[in-house]
Amino acid sequence: MYTEKVLDHFRNPRNVGVIENADGIGEVGNPVCGDMMTFYIKVENNILTDVKYQTFGCGAAIAVSSMISEMAIGKTLEEASQLTNKMVAEALGGLPEQKHHCSNLGADALHKAIDHYRSKHQEPLLKNENNEGINTGNINGRKKMAKPKVDKDCCTGCGICIESCPTNSLELVDDVSTLVRPDTCTGCGACADACPLECITMEE
Amino acid sequence: MDRAYFDHAATTPLRSEVLQEMLPFFQENYGNASSLHQEGQTAARAVEKARNQLSSLIGCLPQEIVFTSGGTESDNMALKGTGILSRKKHIIVSSIEHHAVLYTAKALERAGYRLTILPVDTTGRLDPDTVKKAIAPDTYIVSVMMANNEIGTIQPIQEIAAIAHEAGVLMHTDAVQAVGNLPIHVDSLGCDLLSLSGHKFYGPKGTGALYIRKGTPIAAWMDGGEQEHGKRSGTHNTPGIVGLGKAAELALAELPQRMEHVQKMRDYLLEEIPKHIDEIRINGSLTNRLPNNVHISVKYIEGEGLLMRLDDAGFAVSTGSACSSHSLKTSHVLEAIGLDAVTAQGSLRITLGHDNQQKDVERFVPALVQVVASLRAMSPLYHTKKP
Repeated sequence: MYTEKVLDHFRNPRNVGVIENADGIGEVGNPVCGDMMTFYIKVENNILTDVKYQTFGCGAAIAVSSMISEMAIGKTLEEASQLTNKMVAEALGGLPEQKHHCSNLGADALHKAIDHYRSKHQEPLLKNENNEGINTGNINGRKKMAKPKVDKDCCTGCGICIESCPTNSLELVDDVSTLVRPDTCTGCGACADACPLECITMEE
Repeated sequence: MDRAYFDHAATTPLRSEVLQEMLPFFQENYGNASSLHQEGQTAARAVEKARNQLSSLIGCLPQEIVFTSGGTESDNMALKGTGILSRKKHIIVSSIEHHAVLYTAKALERAGYRLTILPVDTTGRLDPDTVKKAIAPDTYIVSVMMANNEIGTIQPIQEIAAIAHEAGVLMHTDAVQAVGNLPIHVDSLGCDLLSLSGHKFYGPKGTGALYIRKGTPIAAWMDGGEQEHGKRSGTHNTPGIVGLGKAAELALAELPQRMEHVQKMRDYLLEEIPKHIDEIRINGSLTNRLPNNVHISVKYIEGEGLLMRLDDAGFAVSTGSACSSHSLKTSHVLEAIGLDAVTAQGSLRITLGHDNQQKDVERFVPALVQVVASLRAMSPLYHTKKP
């Protein structure tokens, strides 16, 4: 199910680890869903001189982390900001369908680390050499978590999306699938993939 | 590289003796067992021989066996076939049933039946008292698996069956993991219906059977040419049925040695792994457990990565992690025994078999130690916990 490229990065992940006194840190994912990544960056003269990470997750999550670290090192912050999860998946020769939403989070984590770096520089007073107490959740309000939006006229109430949700965040309300627990929704998109009529879109 | 296959709960290798019995029924003896000519009767005799072999293994009459395509079909037939004929419309199952039972029960629920799913304790065992309390005037069947496919816990089927019968309710057990691993006798178990699958005990894939106690009302599952006493029509899969019969014969003859062989290796792993790896949890019951099952959760890592690294090291194992499933959901069994979602992610199942040797499990422990260390070293969770 995995390409040779994915297996190679899974078996020999590049740049694993922690950067002490990192210039930026970004964390994404949720261990409940099975994937979580923490990225560390070192920035000199606007260039990413080092990228390291720690990853809890499946083969795809580890390969994605490794691949984007390779793609990002040596790039300017602007160039690195242009990297997308899709580009990472393409560089790996593709990922299995069910891994796209949950495991392909590398670009999000890198962007969060870059945002964290930028936020520190815009507000030098908040600079914290030990990286303690960093709010990695929502820096600069960059990418908010996507949530499922159900087209009420399209939904037949079959419940397949509800069965597919890893965190049981959806329920049928008046025979229409409804996000009743937005707090537990991780935005993984499994429901959108599962819907046989494609009535669900992930919207930020 | 030497490989060790530790996934016998998924499937087992076909025994050579079984293959040898099957081979003549592909080309030489190709007849249809329903035909009256010699070619047909040769096939018919082979099917009846297999029926005898299988009935000896589980202690029933030959005519109480219906051949099917496997465990899933047998489970569907048991629940739906009895449900169609019953005026009562309530089903009771345990929360750790295989999906073949659980989803069949849910399908019946969607069709208007009433479903009760009973909780289990932290070892995965169903308390017979909860069954007693759940039985209602409209209950027609209780279905509880004999041994769990993930954590290996064995259920008190005998007691549950007695409770069901007292209330005039049918008892079905999915014994797919138990047949060939445990002694089975349908009369001492007291079940009315029992599902089994050939490829779980060194027989061919695509074969199975449903035991139906004489007199149990059950509708025809496949309508057509009236094979299998009209209960399951369709031309007999003669080579498969012959293989299933031979596998049953071998299981009956070898059962005590088989159990001892795997149990020694199981106990070695259950003892050694916790000595060398910290922060793990052994899942399932330590006393009522399949002799070939080891199930652990390794904290701070995810099971698919664990499986793939062990695969590279030469070991075939299984995991209940959400990532490894197509549905991306944590195993319902691990949820039912109270594992939190993160711990369940790091689950690892080792199921031993005939083809494994002590040296394989001795090689496995250091390999597991190394793989766990490498994955924990890159886990953000492990570092948060252990600065």
